Amino acid sequence: MRYFAVFASALVRGARFLRRDKKAAAGSIILLVLLVITAFPSWFTPHDPAAEIYQPGTGVSWNHLLGTTSFGQDVFSQVMAGTRQSVLIALIVGFLCTILSVIIGITAAYSGGLIDDGLSLITDVVLVIPTFPLIIVIAAYVKNAGFWMMVFVLVFTGWSYGARQLRVQALSLRNRDYLLAAKTRGESSWYVIFVELIPPMTSLIVANFLGAALYAVLAASGLQFIGLGNINEESWGTMLYWAQNNEALQTGLPLWALAPGVAIAILGSGLALLNYAFDEVANPALRPVRTAKRTRALA
Amino acid sequence: MRFLVRRLGFLLVALWAALTVNFFIPRLMPGNPAVAMMARFHGHVNPSAMHALEVAFGVRTHQSLPSAYVHYVANTLQGNLGISLTDFPLSVSSVILKALPWTLGLVGITTIVGFVIGTAMGAIAAWRRGGLLDSVLPPVFVVISAFPYFWIGLLSIWLFALTLGWFPLLGGYTETVIPTLSWSFTGDVLMHAVLPAFTILITSIGGWILTMRNNMITVVAEDYVKMARAKGLKPRRILWQYAGRNALLPNLTGFAMSLGFVISGAILVEYVFNYPGIGFMLLQAVENEDYPLMQSLFLLITVAVLFAIFISDVATAILDPRTRSNA
Repeated sequence: MRYFAVFASALVRGARFLRRDKKAAAGSIILLVLLVITAFPSWFTPHDPAAEIYQPGTGVSWNHLLGTTSFGQDVFSQVMAGTRQSVLIALIVGFLCTILSVIIGITAAYSGGLIDDGLSLITDVVLVIPTFPLIIVIAAYVKNAGFWMMVFVLVFTGWSYGARQLRVQALSLRNRDYLLAAKTRGESSWYVIFVELIPPMTSLIVANFLGAALYAVLAASGLQFIGLGNINEESWGTMLYWAQNNEALQTGLPLWALAPGVAIAILGSGLALLNYAFDEVANPALRPVRTAKRTRALA
Repeated sequence: MRFLVRRLGFLLVALWAALTVNFFIPRLMPGNPAVAMMARFHGHVNPSAMHALEVAFGVRTHQSLPSAYVHYVANTLQGNLGISLTDFPLSVSSVILKALPWTLGLVGITTIVGFVIGTAMGAIAAWRRGGLLDSVLPPVFVVISAFPYFWIGLLSIWLFALTLGWFPLLGGYTETVIPTLSWSFTGDVLMHAVLPAFTILITSIGGWILTMRNNMITVVAEDYVKMARAKGLKPRRILWQYAGRNALLPNLTGFAMSLGFVISGAILVEYVFNYPGIGFMLLQAVENEDYPLMQSLFLLITVAVLFAIFISDVATAILDPRTRSNA
């Protein structure tokens, strides 16, 4: 019951926050639309995205909103169909990274001592080893990394930034009076962590989820672009790969290469805008100053 | 001093970790690609190439894992990285040396320029809170940061090279020109560098602006800044020497931490522009299955990033007296 009350109040505060904050609202609407496309791709694909049956290399028309590829596929349908994989990668990698960051960051801060030293060292080492070259090397051995291999590699390399941030914040909360009070009351460690320690960190955890999701989208599309994903899957990165390999820009089909990039950016902006809004919640000093003009006039 | 010793210790641990990861990746993959590849190459390449592969992976069929590991670490520390399979019989190090100046020139300079300009802009934005810079820059760069690096590269190729024809399309210099130390060649190289540099700059600068702005906002509210104002110091002096210097510290750490991201983006930018640097070479090595070259490049990039981090630690120690006492 107690856990439920904490959850419910967080939900109510979240709804209020969305109504007040324009950046958060814009980000949420973008993500909502993409989620609908993910759930019902067939509503949004006027043509079969894989079919190579249309006149190749045509420009924009009513029938082909973004033209066709040099294979004779409908670009608009491909973009719509590709939504699903990017959104799923964002959600799944974001979620798994966050879980790992929370577990490692909070365990380190809560335990202190040698455990903290060890976990912090591992976190920092993973953090400083350049992720993308490492992913490239792994993907080069795996060959045509499918969806789950991609998820695994991205989670393996993406959790450390969040773990570091969460550890720092948990450390600053660890010796607050209300935590000490809960421990003195004889509450279990689980209770202290889940009801007293984690709720004040919610906005940072959400910001971490969004950051990890953004990282996943960009890294996955980069990998697929250079041909290290499964080139037969429907995704924005794969579209970019085929467009690049067939010199879409040079042969007068810029939309083929540019449209999937815009799609990635739309998803990314949605995540980044929400992330930015949550940063402002975590650190109230960052909120826009509304009274700036008046105070300057007075001064 | 203790701070620097601790950071030096961390540098060594991280180097060791990178070396170890590099050693184990080909062995931990499903089906052990290292052994599989050795089998594939056996009898197809001459003995010295075979030896190059053995060095690259530390694979000796008759060697146990621990002794292979020791062998591999010793070889790498001596700079013996093996022989490139595509540019046979050149050694990996000599192949890398050809690409290194391009990346140092392009990525190195643009990263530093981006950091300096971005940090200055972030500081000014926070200083004039609610002003034009402060209200326009953050949302603009939040959106730009959501674009893939390489896509910005594709867009600028399409716009500035193909449509407008202002800049050359691909490469580091015009293929028909003989590389010499002349003005015309230098100009040619610079023209080829404009678009990739612009791409890296535009995608990386936003991060520096945002973090500096956020640090600065916190610092400007501190008492010592109020004190400086009360003393009647010139605003410019307060901005750079009081607030700026302190806000820069976390940004320097941030610089070190995000260097990996910048390098990652730069790899794709080099790929898009066919720029003859380390990143482009890495992806070509992947394509050609030149595993010794690929793994050495990964190691080189990691070592470069780790040393850059250490340099920023030294800068932190110089700027922040607290780290020099026994913090």
